[in-house]
Amino acid sequence: MPTGLPNGGGLPDMKDMTATILKRIGHSVITLFVISILIFAGVEALPGDLAESILGQSALPETVEAFRKELKLDLPPHVRYISWLGDFVQGEMGRSLSNHRPITELIGWRLSNTLFLAAAAAVVAVPLAIILGILAALYRNTFFDRIVSMVSLSAISFPEFFIAYILIALISVKLPLFPSISTLDDQMSLADKLYTIVLPCLTLTMVVLAHMMRQTRAAIINVLATPYIEMARLKGVSRLRVVVLHAFPNALSPVINVVALNMAYLVAGVVIVEVVFVYPGLGQLLVDSVSKRDLPVVQASGLIFASVYIGLNLLADLLSIASNPRLRNPR
Amino acid sequence: MSSLIKFIQKAPWSAKIGIIILVINIAVAAFAPVISPYGETEITGDVWEEMSLTHPLGTDHLGRDLLSRLIYGARNTIALALMITFLSFSLGTLGGFLAATLGGWCDTLLSRTVDLVLSFPTLIFALMVLSVVGTSIFSLICVIAILDATRVFRLARAVAMDIAVMDFVEAGRLRGEKTGWIILREILPNALPPLVAEFGLRFCFVFLFIAGLSFLGLGIQPPTADWGSMVKENAGAITFGIFTPLWPAAAIAFITVGVNLIVDWFLNLASGLKE
Repeated sequence: MPTGLPNGGGLPDMKDMTATILKRIGHSVITLFVISILIFAGVEALPGDLAESILGQSALPETVEAFRKELKLDLPPHVRYISWLGDFVQGEMGRSLSNHRPITELIGWRLSNTLFLAAAAAVVAVPLAIILGILAALYRNTFFDRIVSMVSLSAISFPEFFIAYILIALISVKLPLFPSISTLDDQMSLADKLYTIVLPCLTLTMVVLAHMMRQTRAAIINVLATPYIEMARLKGVSRLRVVVLHAFPNALSPVINVVALNMAYLVAGVVIVEVVFVYPGLGQLLVDSVSKRDLPVVQASGLIFASVYIGLNLLADLLSIASNPRLRNPR
Repeated sequence: MSSLIKFIQKAPWSAKIGIIILVINIAVAAFAPVISPYGETEITGDVWEEMSLTHPLGTDHLGRDLLSRLIYGARNTIALALMITFLSFSLGTLGGFLAATLGGWCDTLLSRTVDLVLSFPTLIFALMVLSVVGTSIFSLICVIAILDATRVFRLARAVAMDIAVMDFVEAGRLRGEKTGWIILREILPNALPPLVAEFGLRFCFVFLFIAGLSFLGLGIQPPTADWGSMVKENAGAITFGIFTPLWPAAAIAFITVGVNLIVDWFLNLASGLKE
């Protein structure tokens, strides 16, 4: 009985697979490298220079000169790029222009908050999406399926802040169950923290749920069209058993892929949700720094977002290589 | 005209709802000064007044009539989103068709650039670019159009690739037709059905994207009425149990749902024709 993954008629050639994986990792590293150059060059392309644009036209020439020294603007660009990247990799990101605190200190705590929120949303959303997707595939073209696809269509069309404010209006203002502002501090216990982030977590869940669920449903329905499923049905296996034990394992590769992609979306897409709930995350910091034009903070948080996003996309591809025998053995 | 009415009559009920929603929105946008009870930035009452006969949806954080702001907001946001979608579509399809017909280094260069942009979350990318170039309507249009064109490029290239290997394109090449002629006369007409559906999807995406940026305070700047910034400006009201920010947010959801319903119908039509 095909309960496990089919292994493509023989053991995969380990050498080929390692080469594929190494190639994929190398691709990500190069992408990240090019993005870091772009991030650096973007600031470089500013008209005038950073010191002038921050201090303004009326600043004394000596002040501008001193500030330029502080920002190391007197060195040529490639030297500054290398030292910037080197410092970044070692966790030394310079100081914020607006409040002169070290950026590492600003970002570290916020990054962990963002990851905490994203992880909490993932823990709720992933199992729920897979279960709903399986149910929708099982009862496809019924009333249940139609309701689910209507809800997911609206979730795709609604802006994140609409979902967030509806939730606030319903279960924070009308029924005062959960706080509408999610401020965290270090003294809070895990239970307190989880209670505080219920609403942003719920919003994020609704945002990513629809996409994952539709993909799960589509992947399973795709497998259901194959002859061995018909065979299983003909020998009298129940519908639920066919979907869960025969179809789902073979639909795993696209499902894993879409889950990992949505995790990447969660980390990068929290920005608006963080702003709605005044959550002290990296997205909030990025938005604040963009409006204050605090460019060193923008550069550093942008590069962190890029690394996490590209890393999760890489993970998505590696997992689908690992779970798909055809990709394990490329032509 | 009558064939268009017949075509719409055959549409499923979901698509009809979508069409009605779209027509309402376009009519509101087109006749904004006629329908709206007050001016766009006219202060007509107290802060966050309740719904009443004089202010059907209440007033906003500065005492301006919310309904009038919503009506003018429709005009500003829809016009901007349409403009950006047209721009990104022209850029994306032109790039995609060129990559597919010319192939070689042109294809490699364009595809690699697009892959690079797509490997980075769009909102973060836009935030970073806007932090450097500053927030103005012009930079907003350019940034979103270019970011969005990368997605159009992928589809246009894939569709054009399939067409570019057909016999009639080969025949055109052998006749000595120029690349421009092949793109306009042979590839474009055949690539149109999937691209029309994509246009609707892209419009929704751009619309939500502008709304998101405006909500973050980095899009359309006050006092211009815009649905995203109206949500942001009135967000404080919700903790007092006043649901003012829900109206513009619902308006955004309303139009994107409408367009998505029409897109679904078009996608079904396109896939039905192939079978």
